[in-house]
Amino acid sequence: MTDIVAFKNVVKRYPGGKIALDGISLHLERGEMAFLTGHSGAGKSTLMKLIGLIERPTRGQVVINGTNLAAVKRRQIPRYRQRLGLIFQNYNLLFDRTVFDNVALPLVIRGLGHADIARRVRAALDTVGLLSLERKFPITLSGGEQQRVGIARAVVDRPYLLLADEPTGNLDPALSADIMRLFTRLNEAGTSIMIATHAIDLVERMGHRRIRLDHGHLENG
Amino acid sequence: MARSSDNPNRQAAQSNRRRTLPSTLAAPAQGWASSHVRCLVESLGRLHRRWLASLLTATVIGIALALPAGLYVLMSNLDTLSQSWHRAVQASLYLQDDLSVTEGQALAERLGEREEVDASTYISAAAGLEQFRESSGFGAAIDALEDNPLPAVITINPRSDMSRAEIGALLVSLEDEPGVARAELDQAWLERLYAILSVIERSAWVIGLLLSAAVLFIVGNTIRLDIENRREEIEVMKLLGASDAFIRRPFLYSGFWYGLIGAVLALVLLGICFLALAEPLGALTRSYDGALAMHGLGFDGVLMLLGIGVALGWLGCVLTVNRRLAAIEPL
Repeated sequence: MTDIVAFKNVVKRYPGGKIALDGISLHLERGEMAFLTGHSGAGKSTLMKLIGLIERPTRGQVVINGTNLAAVKRRQIPRYRQRLGLIFQNYNLLFDRTVFDNVALPLVIRGLGHADIARRVRAALDTVGLLSLERKFPITLSGGEQQRVGIARAVVDRPYLLLADEPTGNLDPALSADIMRLFTRLNEAGTSIMIATHAIDLVERMGHRRIRLDHGHLENG
Repeated sequence: MARSSDNPNRQAAQSNRRRTLPSTLAAPAQGWASSHVRCLVESLGRLHRRWLASLLTATVIGIALALPAGLYVLMSNLDTLSQSWHRAVQASLYLQDDLSVTEGQALAERLGEREEVDASTYISAAAGLEQFRESSGFGAAIDALEDNPLPAVITINPRSDMSRAEIGALLVSLEDEPGVARAELDQAWLERLYAILSVIERSAWVIGLLLSAAVLFIVGNTIRLDIENRREEIEVMKLLGASDAFIRRPFLYSGFWYGLIGAVLALVLLGICFLALAEPLGALTRSYDGALAMHGLGFDGVLMLLGIGVALGWLGCVLTVNRRLAAIEPL
């Protein structure tokens, strides 16, 4: 099984009748990096939420890393999410903790020992180039730095899939390009990555696979 | 841990030490137990960060706990006091008029041998009249009487460790003795005191229950606000794969600390009350020739108060936290 993500005829209808995804089938291979593009409301976020088990599909099948998500019960969700790396547009950092403690959070949640945590957090911060800022609080960092903290937190527990929802949505073009280069590096190191984004020109320059959504349907391209 | 010592941002770190207290205190931590310890310390650190609000909550809890605890102390002191009066209880057996002095003395002796009886004394009608003449000051009036109106009496001191019910039973059996006309417990007022004490005791229970419920609500409400304030943090934790138990833990420990600190404050309040009462209590004690010693909660009582505080804090939290956390899901 080489697919890390497999959607089969997935339909998501929200209460109220809005159809966000209308029969989507798509695959992401292990080690692949793909961009998910489309206008707002095209279903990008819904697709991400289905993978993160924040939402459940109305119909169809979502298989992640060989696990059929329909079989993941509510109380198994935390354990499932621990193996994903999620990155958000607004970074979702905790402002009452240092950079170090923010990045350490997934490991603390998993109950790792302190020495182990310190080693892995430093490695992750080194990857995103923020090792010197570990003692700072997120509020004192720039937007680009905050997002890199967010990425460090997402990769610190070596996820099999990195999901980023508009990771550069709040950043200027130069910083966005920086962040995208960082994703490319992580991908070259073997991580499967799916990035939902508006930044189409940036995506085109990078030359990775592009999955286009339009009103809940896949566009060929 | 080298982290805090060799860091270029050490000064900033130190100015923020209070905020980073949890992670620096969490020394090399392995496994489940240590993560609990860390969480316990962390939640204390969090209360410390909002120390004024936390102190207010704990003080309200303290007052709510101090009131029933104070009543409890009052109760147990009154109980001791009534025990010492209880020891002075005497029963009077009024003898039938046709009983001779020798028969009366024999009866007193026989009753004195019963194991429930510590002492029995025969007072003849004549001796009784003599005593009355001396103590009442009605000497002339008594002299004017033709007959002695007083019956002969046997006074009985029940064994001091007997309960009220046992004394009551003893009284009934003494009344059945041949030659005894009537048996009476001298201290009917003691009965009234016991009745009043049991009213106070019942009230203490009711007040204690009401105030315990109040503590549950106070803790529940505080934790509810705490959860609301940290809603975003909880959402992020859930997105990162934190289990409900993991998210719940710091709140439960907050409940623990609120209860514990509240109970300690209750002890402080009780101590202050004792200091304020020390002088009049001293005077009261002296008036009993020191036979009466006032006592506080005692070691067991202190432990019990702390235990009740912690239990109420924890429970108030449990009752709130599950419902509230389930309502927070990332969107």
